[in-house]
Amino acid sequence: MSDVPSTITEPLDAPPAHGDVPALPRLLAGVRRDGEPVSLDQHLALHGPPPAIRGERRSGRERAAALIDEIQLSGLLGRGGGAFPTATKMRAVADARGRAIVVANGAEGEPASTKDRTLLELLPQLVLDGTILAAEAVGADEAIVCVCESAGAGVQSVERAIEERAGERSPPRSPKLQLRTVPSHYVAGQESALVNYLGGGPARPTFTPPMPFQQGLRRRPTLINNIETLAHIALIARHGARWFRQLGTPTQPGSALVTLSGPVNHPGVYEIQHGASLASVINAAGGPTTGVRAALTGGYAGAWIAGQSLRGLALSNEHLAAHGASLGAGVVLLLSEDACPVAETARVARWLAGQSARQCGPCTHGLDALASTVEQIAAGNGHAHAAQRIDRLASLTARRGACAHPDGAVNVILSALEVFAREFADHARHGPCDACRRPPDLPLPHRPVQREQALDGAPPRR
Amino acid sequence: MSHRVRVNPIACEAHGMCAELLPERITLDEWGYPLIDGAPLEGEQVEHAVRAARACPTFALLVERERSARRRR
Repeated sequence: MSDVPSTITEPLDAPPAHGDVPALPRLLAGVRRDGEPVSLDQHLALHGPPPAIRGERRSGRERAAALIDEIQLSGLLGRGGGAFPTATKMRAVADARGRAIVVANGAEGEPASTKDRTLLELLPQLVLDGTILAAEAVGADEAIVCVCESAGAGVQSVERAIEERAGERSPPRSPKLQLRTVPSHYVAGQESALVNYLGGGPARPTFTPPMPFQQGLRRRPTLINNIETLAHIALIARHGARWFRQLGTPTQPGSALVTLSGPVNHPGVYEIQHGASLASVINAAGGPTTGVRAALTGGYAGAWIAGQSLRGLALSNEHLAAHGASLGAGVVLLLSEDACPVAETARVARWLAGQSARQCGPCTHGLDALASTVEQIAAGNGHAHAAQRIDRLASLTARRGACAHPDGAVNVILSALEVFAREFADHARHGPCDACRRPPDLPLPHRPVQREQALDGAPPRR
Repeated sequence: MSHRVRVNPIACEAHGMCAELLPERITLDEWGYPLIDGAPLEGEQVEHAVRAARACPTFALLVERERSARRRR
């Protein structure tokens, strides 16, 4: 089902140094060991009813505004990779003209991430809870939960969770919930691509503005939040901003789900607090199985960190920024010392070129040319000025597409060239090394990009 | 009030008319797609930009008026 193991293992149980602070897990509390999803009854027994149905005297409108205020105080940042302030996005949707729609984004096209499908599989009611609260907060009467079509168990789990809620007596005017499966290719989860797909077009990005929060699905203001973000909202609504900030860093508060893969004994999804050390996560995963050469954070749009920098590395965007990296959607991928970073980069570059929707010329041609140049260096066939050629191609490719795909691809390629400069120079001079023949370490799933218009769909928006 | 040019990269099919008609602001990359200097247009350039936008076979070139600072977010 998944491309990296999604075994959920023990959550990191590292209480912070100061005071009597509730420890982790937060999101992963109550996860069942048998791998079955937590039912609605179990969910409510664990977390209590969401505040909106507690019969407070305030009007619905006041409660909605109060929730957005609380989310703003909590400092919650989006967990789909962009780390955009969630309250800002919600307020923009709430203030936009027209009845809003909420889209819970569980597309998770990132090959090195399984946290979203894990959350959907095991804790669907927590996600639905946050989705409903977000919908109430922005005045939406409808919420669409998008799950990657390759996340079989996650799809079933959400389907059953929605049915379970349909059987309950729901409060009046609670938003209508709907499940949609979405294609698995890399850019399918990009906001405008999702809106385009849900509207009957292909899952490809469109030209913005209008941004989805202004004019999204059916031209209505559309709040698109990652499903982990929504799960945090469910807890912030119950426990408040102060509680949320008791974990994490001042600029990146709270806990986060991290997908750890590579040479560790128990790769999988872990809940950490922002700022936790990389060593503590590796430790929680049973320690390394071999030497670790480098770590890729932020996924295939992220950056590499190697060698001495790994010691004392803290998993927060503030710390990672010093290495030109970020946590992205919580991806930490370790590269074994036995792997060849040059061969891995060449394969990733080709894969990313293949994941282009091929709508924008600079992305189509630029990523292709970049992948070819990296392949030539890896094979020892690069011409003398291959490095300059890559710099030139990078500047012709980044920030010239309708979406951020070319930017991320350029980012990860340039980062590899910098961090593995010695290895690239060796390959350029001497050709492939022994490790080049090893099977790939980094996951490169076959995910055909949907390029044709959906058969039953309306023409794509442009 | 100032004007800038921007390209819709999805609509653009590298016909290259824009670089012919507004060379002060637009050059072409090695594949024929426009590289745009997004600085505000000066004087007669606005007129040339509008002409270039009209000449684009796929209407991919946009002449945008600078949004005022009063814009609600």
